[in-house]
Amino acid sequence: MIGNFEARTPPGPLAAKWTNHKDHSRLVSPNNRRKFDIIMVGSGLAGGSAAATLGELGYRVKCFCYQDSPRRAHSIAAQGGINAAKNYQNDGDSVYRLFYDTIKGGDFRSREANVYRLAEVSTNIIDQCVAQGVPFAREYGGLLANRSFGGAQVSRTFYARGQTGQQLLLGCYQALCRQIAAGTVQMFPQTEMLDVVIVDGHAKGIITRNLISGKIDKYSADAVVLATGGYGNAFYLSTNARGCNVTATYRAYKKGALFANPCFTQIHPTCIPHSGEYQSKLTLMSESLRNDGRVWVPKRKEDCSKPPNEIPEKDRDYYLERKYPSYGNLSPRDISSRAAKEVCDEGRGVGPGGRGVCLDFADAIKRLGKETIRERYGNLFEVYEKITGENAYQAPMRIYPAVHYTMGGLWVDYNLMSNVPGLFVIGEANFSDHGANRLGASALMQGLADGYFILPYTLPNYLAGQMGRRPSTDHAEFKKTDRDVRSKIDNLLKVNGKISLDSIHRQLGALLWDKCGMSRSAKSLQEALAKIPELRQRFWREVRVPGDDEDFNQALERAGRVADFLEFAELMCTDALARDESCGAHFREEHQTPEGEALRDDEKFASVFAWEFQGNPATAGPKLHREPLHFETVHLTQRSYK
Amino acid sequence: MNFELKVWRQPNAKAHGKLVEYEAVDIPADASFLEMLDIVNERLLLRGEEPIAFDSDCREGICGTCSLTINGDAHGPDHPGAVCELYMRKFHDGETIIVEPFRVKSFPVIKDLVVDRGALDRIVQAGGFISARAGSAPEANSVPIPKHDADLSMEAAACIGCGACAAACPNASAMLFTAAKVSHLALLPQGGPERTSRVLKMVRAMDAEGFGNCTNTYECEAVCPAEISASFIAKLNREYARASLRKSVGE
Repeated sequence: MIGNFEARTPPGPLAAKWTNHKDHSRLVSPNNRRKFDIIMVGSGLAGGSAAATLGELGYRVKCFCYQDSPRRAHSIAAQGGINAAKNYQNDGDSVYRLFYDTIKGGDFRSREANVYRLAEVSTNIIDQCVAQGVPFAREYGGLLANRSFGGAQVSRTFYARGQTGQQLLLGCYQALCRQIAAGTVQMFPQTEMLDVVIVDGHAKGIITRNLISGKIDKYSADAVVLATGGYGNAFYLSTNARGCNVTATYRAYKKGALFANPCFTQIHPTCIPHSGEYQSKLTLMSESLRNDGRVWVPKRKEDCSKPPNEIPEKDRDYYLERKYPSYGNLSPRDISSRAAKEVCDEGRGVGPGGRGVCLDFADAIKRLGKETIRERYGNLFEVYEKITGENAYQAPMRIYPAVHYTMGGLWVDYNLMSNVPGLFVIGEANFSDHGANRLGASALMQGLADGYFILPYTLPNYLAGQMGRRPSTDHAEFKKTDRDVRSKIDNLLKVNGKISLDSIHRQLGALLWDKCGMSRSAKSLQEALAKIPELRQRFWREVRVPGDDEDFNQALERAGRVADFLEFAELMCTDALARDESCGAHFREEHQTPEGEALRDDEKFASVFAWEFQGNPATAGPKLHREPLHFETVHLTQRSYK
Repeated sequence: MNFELKVWRQPNAKAHGKLVEYEAVDIPADASFLEMLDIVNERLLLRGEEPIAFDSDCREGICGTCSLTINGDAHGPDHPGAVCELYMRKFHDGETIIVEPFRVKSFPVIKDLVVDRGALDRIVQAGGFISARAGSAPEANSVPIPKHDADLSMEAAACIGCGACAAACPNASAMLFTAAKVSHLALLPQGGPERTSRVLKMVRAMDAEGFGNCTNTYECEAVCPAEISASFIAKLNREYARASLRKSVGE
């Protein structure tokens, strides 16, 4: 294995670890910072905020994104909000409580120290965003407003209408623009990273393809940071943007970086149901809707075909309120999603195909008036109407779970550095803070925590020992990696078969959704593991990638990404099979309580599964490394939201 | 549903483009416009023809990547909304649909329906930000902001940066885009210290990119997927006048 597989959690009491760690990390002096080049791949909340902050500190940053502008990174689509332990509502919130909710929400499969640090810096994030001009919602007195979100009994979520991700991203995009203008950050839009270059065991550069001209380029640096988001599009249909992909992290994995917990995929409970084969993506309806909407299905199968408004109150089953009285409609995402699947599996789902449940605002409209509901959720109701043609003020929305976020990602230590020295991973692309399930409004928090307040302290600790070690792009490793990238592109263009990329990707997605989705079993996973190699072979035998490489070629871009998903899917299922317990979003049918809740096995599985690439997946499976999780502060309990 | 498409095809920025006819048959009414193009592309691919290049990413109206002119309207007929939020049920069966890129001199065509909107980024780089170093921010609630101001600022901040305003404007003006950013930041106390220089620099950058001026035709407001009000252009003009005056008296 390249580098070290040590969590490097600092010693000392939980609440003092981060401060102590910062106090003893190495620094780079201001006049030396300009001697260091840093490559940032990705420009979303994590990458954008990190690039801007490092640029401002005086490092020379090169920031790459596949979109035509850094402002279009997929963080922009986050709707609901961002958590912070400000306790502005005086309702008992604290750093400890946010930490505890997050680690419990993750079903005790994340590191205490990382999660505590996240909760600790959450308050700085809000200060920073307000200073940048993020127009968060406010009360009449001019102070910041909050709303509640799933998995918490306090109101700690800050929001900007239903466009919180957009406003936070624009905040860091603007900070990034300022650094671009100042010359500290050089921006490379429409440029895709295709491989990482490792020189003498350290990540020292990347190979990219310019998506407009097709030109392959080599860039060297003193450190490489991946902020490339999640891999939900392995499922073909997800709430991710079309371009989201696993390529950067997967290719780093193939170069020796460990991939942690790839089977932890969050299925979001409130999305617009799937409507047909042609569909290219699923649309999320913010979880914040569950603050006022009540989730139900008919008690009897016979009623499912009736218009919901004609089903009387006594014939409705408000199943979340029934099963989880203390959290009710605000139960965490994994639990709410599984509950929806369960009632639909019983044949009580509504809408076409019986794959939907009602999210009903009738009570809230009666209680608060239509205007208040419009003010809170108006834009979401409009989106719903555009897509489905139905008016949710008059009849309940139909919703169903969909792939939304991936808790797994490249393994990183407390410094957010992977086992490969010099390769840092931040935001959704790493595995670090959400365990087996992420709570709502925590992704934005993590992305910005990593970018504004953590990486700027931990990256210098590495750089301080790297002065003058940046290789030239003429180094043999750069040439070799460049050749590998070109030959992979040539191979894709050479297949010249007869089937489309989408048709293969759709099959892969349906397979994963069925066998490695909301619930999994040893049997289903073995079936998937038998079928994925067949799909992959079909891809390399029959796919058709038109055009050529030295051109704007969208099919070629996507082909490379789908090829990676076809390998990555196997890693996902291997991980799901090896984790022979249920926890959070990873629900193994063999392991459940009599009430059907996830049953953890802390003795055997209170650990991170980190996988090491061993060569061609057809001949050698990945090697498992386990990082045991130590809980010094929290007591591991059966997660209960009842 | 069935449609006759006339789609702009242009191999690269330097080549001449032309409208090419395609049949879009058996399209589900619940498919989005972009999904309809996906279906057409998949069939073109299987016939050995080159698929139509078009941009999209989030496909839920927030990232601002998609940028098509449909039957002469930026983002098509279903306002307000980006073209990714347009559904085929909004068209008549058998209709002829003309699909072109956003037509703005400052947005050169990259290929087919894909344009380069880097000019918008450069306007923001000129000054569309608040300089706030990470680490030096004051406590978030230390400066109360009247709800009305915060809400109005949010209305301006909602701009998705798609450039439809410029595409719809007979003068190819990016005033609505620039006005939205200037207003968003000018309405907040945090934006105060750089208020004067920001508007001057952004307007200068907008002019340098070759965008035209506003002559109050309101086409921008009519096509804006984020419903940014043209009254923000009036706000931009006031901000610009205020800044010019302050500068001219030496402040």
